[in-house]
Amino acid sequence: MPGKLKAKIVAGRHLPVMDRASDLTDAFVEVKFGNTTFKTDVCPKSLNPQWNSEWFKFEVDDEDLQDEPLQVTVLDHDTYSANDAIGKVYIDIDPLLCNEAASVISGWFPIYDTIHGIRGEINVLVKVELFNDLNRFRQSSCGVKFFCTTSIPRCYRAAMVHGFVEELVVNEDPEYQWIDRIRTPRASNEARQRLISLMSGELQRKIGLKVLEMGGNAVVGYLQCFDLEGESGLVVRAIGTACTLDKLSSGSAPNTATHTHPNTAPASNACNSPSKDGKESPLAHGCRSTHNSPVHSACSAQRLSQNFSVSVPTLIFTGMGSGGSAGKEAGPLKTLLRQQTQTALEQREFPFFTLTSFPPGFLVHVGGVVSARSVKLLDRIHNPDEPETRDAWWEEIRQEIKSHAKALGCHAVVGYSESTSICEEVCILSASGTAAILNPRYMREGCLDIGIVDHRFEDPSPPSCGFCHIPYDELNMPFPTQLTYCYHCRRQKVPDVLFTTIDLPPEAAVTGKGCLIQARLCRLKKKAQGEVNATAISNLLPFMEYELHTQLMNKLKLRSMNALFGLRIQISIGENMLLGLASATGVYLTALPAPGGIQIAGKTPGDLSNEHHILTIQKRINDTIAKNKEIYQINPPELTEEVVGSPIPEPRQRSRLFRSHSESSDEVSELDLSHGKKDAFVLEIDDTDAVEDIHSLLTDATIPTGFNSCNTEIMPGIYNWTSAVQMFTSVRVFRLSNANLTNQGLNKIFTDLCENLLKSFYFKLRSMIPCCLCHLNFTVAVPEEELIQVAVTAVAMTYDKDQTQEKPAEKPITKGCIETEEQLQFPMELCADSSSTNTQLSSKISGVQETTNVSSRAASVDYGSFADRCSTWLELLRLKAHTIRRGSVKTSRRTQSLAHSVSSLERSSPVPDGRSRSLRSTRGFGGSSVTVVKMTPLSFLPGTRIIKYLGIINMFFIRETTSLREEGGVSGFLHSFIAEVFAMVRAHVAALGGNAVVSYSMKECVFMENPNKNQAQCLINVSGDAVICVRETDQEPVPSNIGQTCTSETDGAT
Amino acid sequence: MAMELDVFVGNTTIMDEEVYQLWLDGYTVSDAVKVRMEGGVMEECEASADVLLSDTMDQYRTFQMCERLLYSPAKLANQLLFQIPPHRQAILIERYYAFDDAFVREVLGKKLSKGTKKDLDDISAKTNVTLKSCRRQFDNFKRVFKVVEELKGPLVENIRQHFLLSDKLARDYAAIVFFANNRFETGKRKLQYLTFQDFAFCAGQLINNWTVGAVDNMVEDMDVDLDKEFLQELKELKILITDKDLLDQHKSLVCTALRGKTKAFNEMEANFKNLSRGLVNIAAKLTNTKDVRDFFIDLVEKTPSCVGQIHGRHQKLYLQNVSRLKRISSPAYFFPCLSPPPPPADAVISAPPVRTFSVFDLSAVIISSLSASLLESSVCKSDL
Repeated sequence: MPGKLKAKIVAGRHLPVMDRASDLTDAFVEVKFGNTTFKTDVCPKSLNPQWNSEWFKFEVDDEDLQDEPLQVTVLDHDTYSANDAIGKVYIDIDPLLCNEAASVISGWFPIYDTIHGIRGEINVLVKVELFNDLNRFRQSSCGVKFFCTTSIPRCYRAAMVHGFVEELVVNEDPEYQWIDRIRTPRASNEARQRLISLMSGELQRKIGLKVLEMGGNAVVGYLQCFDLEGESGLVVRAIGTACTLDKLSSGSAPNTATHTHPNTAPASNACNSPSKDGKESPLAHGCRSTHNSPVHSACSAQRLSQNFSVSVPTLIFTGMGSGGSAGKEAGPLKTLLRQQTQTALEQREFPFFTLTSFPPGFLVHVGGVVSARSVKLLDRIHNPDEPETRDAWWEEIRQEIKSHAKALGCHAVVGYSESTSICEEVCILSASGTAAILNPRYMREGCLDIGIVDHRFEDPSPPSCGFCHIPYDELNMPFPTQLTYCYHCRRQKVPDVLFTTIDLPPEAAVTGKGCLIQARLCRLKKKAQGEVNATAISNLLPFMEYELHTQLMNKLKLRSMNALFGLRIQISIGENMLLGLASATGVYLTALPAPGGIQIAGKTPGDLSNEHHILTIQKRINDTIAKNKEIYQINPPELTEEVVGSPIPEPRQRSRLFRSHSESSDEVSELDLSHGKKDAFVLEIDDTDAVEDIHSLLTDATIPTGFNSCNTEIMPGIYNWTSAVQMFTSVRVFRLSNANLTNQGLNKIFTDLCENLLKSFYFKLRSMIPCCLCHLNFTVAVPEEELIQVAVTAVAMTYDKDQTQEKPAEKPITKGCIETEEQLQFPMELCADSSSTNTQLSSKISGVQETTNVSSRAASVDYGSFADRCSTWLELLRLKAHTIRRGSVKTSRRTQSLAHSVSSLERSSPVPDGRSRSLRSTRGFGGSSVTVVKMTPLSFLPGTRIIKYLGIINMFFIRETTSLREEGGVSGFLHSFIAEVFAMVRAHVAALGGNAVVSYSMKECVFMENPNKNQAQCLINVSGDAVICVRETDQEPVPSNIGQTCTSETDGAT
Repeated sequence: MAMELDVFVGNTTIMDEEVYQLWLDGYTVSDAVKVRMEGGVMEECEASADVLLSDTMDQYRTFQMCERLLYSPAKLANQLLFQIPPHRQAILIERYYAFDDAFVREVLGKKLSKGTKKDLDDISAKTNVTLKSCRRQFDNFKRVFKVVEELKGPLVENIRQHFLLSDKLARDYAAIVFFANNRFETGKRKLQYLTFQDFAFCAGQLINNWTVGAVDNMVEDMDVDLDKEFLQELKELKILITDKDLLDQHKSLVCTALRGKTKAFNEMEANFKNLSRGLVNIAAKLTNTKDVRDFFIDLVEKTPSCVGQIHGRHQKLYLQNVSRLKRISSPAYFFPCLSPPPPPADAVISAPPVRTFSVFDLSAVIISSLSASLLESSVCKSDL
């Protein structure tokens, strides 16, 4: 009996009128936990009842505490007939189970009814007393902290990153049980809400157990999703990254630099990794994806197995077997190193990390995007206790991802996520991530703190470009790409473009600003059933993926950028079409070569009028590129004539961008891999489709001045955020009126839909200029045959225009760099920061460059053998050794860390624990004013410091109406539902004593309507981390400030 | 591009003041879009008509959802559905309860009943205020009326606290409630020249001086109903006409006070007797409900023509000094020099001046002579 849950019902307000005769309500409350129910007295004839009940006590297992929500039902007492329910509040008590989070839940909660929405509010007080349980066979995992944030939460330090955790539970969907035919919609909705709440509680508990098993104490980057499989059941699944987190004293939490730097572990600055030499390591860029569609039919054991492998942009990966080459030819030093790393990682089944940004030094090299999709036929889940089928499906996909990563010479996958799209009985499972090489120190116990590193192996790459260096073997490249020497350090090879699913590392050197880049695609599909349908879909997938990448690549070139971060490709299935949407943030990485232009080529060169046409298009493209360079302030430092060519390509040999898969496979063999020059893409106009494509390329609306947009946490090029934030959710559904649409027509509609959405954001948020839309997260769906639904959640943040170009965060950053450098025990010179135009430096750089140039021309020869490679590498080491001043470096490091610990001591006194209580007391019960709760999909709020994480918010709501017209049609219905969801999230956060939600996301928004019946139903699932944050400038924040601060800050948001 | 569904919801509710005004003014979405386009928002932010339409729809929906809360503005502050910064809440409320003078002038003094509501389309046509806006304003009046009807304490203060309105707006609402409750006739042609603000001023004075609340401030309806006792006492003012001595005394007091303070002084002095008689006669009849309703008409119709000539010039001043008179009226013994009735008489007189400076001045003089509250009248003058 390890837990006692206590609840007290204080009062209600704004209750609805339940008795028409008196225009009043006789309300009472039922409090239920597990199978125990308590009731309050009836408070007669009042819309603002004061119950002030006794403490209701539930004595329960901690297992139940984790699984079950506290259910508060408000009813209207009726002497003669059954009592009418007014509404319910589900309170997740998980945050109370962890002593570091909230200690009490107290506040006004909206009373929610799935048919009527919010109907008044109720003031509830909840406490938990936990007893220690030392039973090692326990089934509960109280105390494991969960974070949605996909970086190490601020105010914590990662002592160790254990790795991937996943779990999945299945159940029958109450909506599809026979009983649903006879119960009311309300009862069925409530059954569903409750079931999902239970399932996610169970899921969290199970994941917690796994984390404890691994020796961790927290899950970061927790991503929970549910799949409504309809007839075949309900699946709730979650993935996350298990970590051991140490709490930092509040004073030492990163302050000014917080918002640009997720480095909560200052100590970790200390190490850059003993990692492989990038040159030798197998490395990477590009994208690799496979479609594996073993279609599984329910009736027979027959399996269709179709394997597609596409890897884009330039291509080629066939089977997954081929990828294994990674470490084979490693030199002796490397092997040693690899062993270290691998032992750390490879004992894990899946070396995956759901994190998207990392402590400095953690990420060594980045390969490229790896993704896998698989089309499955759903069948009924017969035994909910053994969800093996679903498990096996995901296992399969993860294996594939793992092998892709291997093929890219990487031992880990970061920025990993999973998703599904379901239409009737067909389901696409997708997983994607970024292949990477990580610093193994975080994976091994103890190493982090001791900091003993075998310096022989230290990677000479400076942090600002190191991650770009290829991890794969140059001779054994996973796909053809053009390698050049890093434009930043001149020492190692980099690919010409880099695609990743992670956030831009804060220390990365970037030229200009970034911007949102989207590729959109619609494909018609014949309506079909079962297996035929699944086959058709899996046949279409590789083409879609290929085209999306083509679009992304073209748009990237058009903006004169060379890298994508935060890439997310979503493919949704509908009955008669497939939708593909790829979003990413384009960036010009200083370390990568300047992208070539785009050249248009006609199929029939003889035709004069055609020629003219092509010329005009070419001119427009060139103009656009030039204009974009200006807009995004991309002025890469002109290094040498060899390096920077004119953006418009000379007629040299080019890589080609082809319109279809089949063509490309023919042509690829023509590519000369040893050719190191950057080149223009050639777009061939061979049919009207191609013309259309180019047009759509050019018609992408430009962003109005004063706005920026990205889908990552950090907007490259903007560093001085001011405090106004406005989080928003927007949903649009478009009905295709035209019965016989072509692919092109559909594409146009879909593109317009997305573009118009962006335009209307810019318009609505015009009062916030200059501002940046961050974390623009688009979700597409095909809810019904002729409908396309796009849902977006993002945050608009203002910044100070005057200083955009500077990095006010420069200090912390450079400090980080220097530290790293020092610990690397290599002199600064090796880290040739692009900004330092010191003459001495530049001369050195040019020296390096000369050699680089030579070798790049003869790359394939020079580095053709291991001996050669090793020797160069050793040379490099020797060179470094000359310039090292070990002694001085070491002392400086020691003093630094000393200074650090002192400062953290000094500042550690205002530990915020006491504060939350005082905060709460100021809020008062009278509820005179409502706590302002800010929400953001990012992991931070600009201008503030997070002083405490209060627990995860994970809520699921269903709303249904049978009077759609009266509620303002579908828009009115959904508008109020979304507003209600926000309100409920805010209320829960406020009740935990928080004033903000970070890493907020709307994971699901399923909308169904039946206008003929005047009905609609919507399901929304949201999650985030409840936090207390204080203004950055307040060293010792006074609680009363908080309200004011927030109020004033949100003002700007209108 | 016509959307099946199109919503945008911000964590902090986004509201454009311009659109809010258009919504309050009862524009349809498409009309509002037109107005906005003409206003030049589009050029300013490179938006298209589609974008504008979608934005307008969103905002209209938001306002509709907020409207429910605006019915009892206190709820707006502690509701959870919309996160609106406090200063913006204040703007929302103030604007929602704002009204058109043209419209209120039409319904002022009418019973706030369903019948009147049915006539709103006529009023809408006449005043050029959209029917939707008329309805909102009418419902606001009715709502305020209903709420304060049941409350004790000062009217203006009640309105201000319950509806979180500014002082000015709360006073205007008090006037509307007061007029609606007493059903003063204001719609006759002869009264057309008076603006709502003129009446509001009168109402303010009447509330402060002629109601029950002026004497006792914890009675129900204290500021809404006229003090019956006081009206009864007014009958005794007849003595000011019948008793020659008192008439003269009255005149001299008034004249002393007013000399040099009004351009209409000479006319007033010449016609003092007629003026005084007209006013006293009106005052004497006020015990009759019907006559209370016709109070303002009577003032215009039944005071001498010379007053008519003056009228219209300085209406703002009329009832300013009623306050003093009222105070005087109850404790009649307060003024030993004059017989108790006279002071009230002046009160009545002072009321009529609605339209004429001279009448006002009469009262002013009397007051000053009685209670040395000349200060008050000079304040009024400065208003001029």
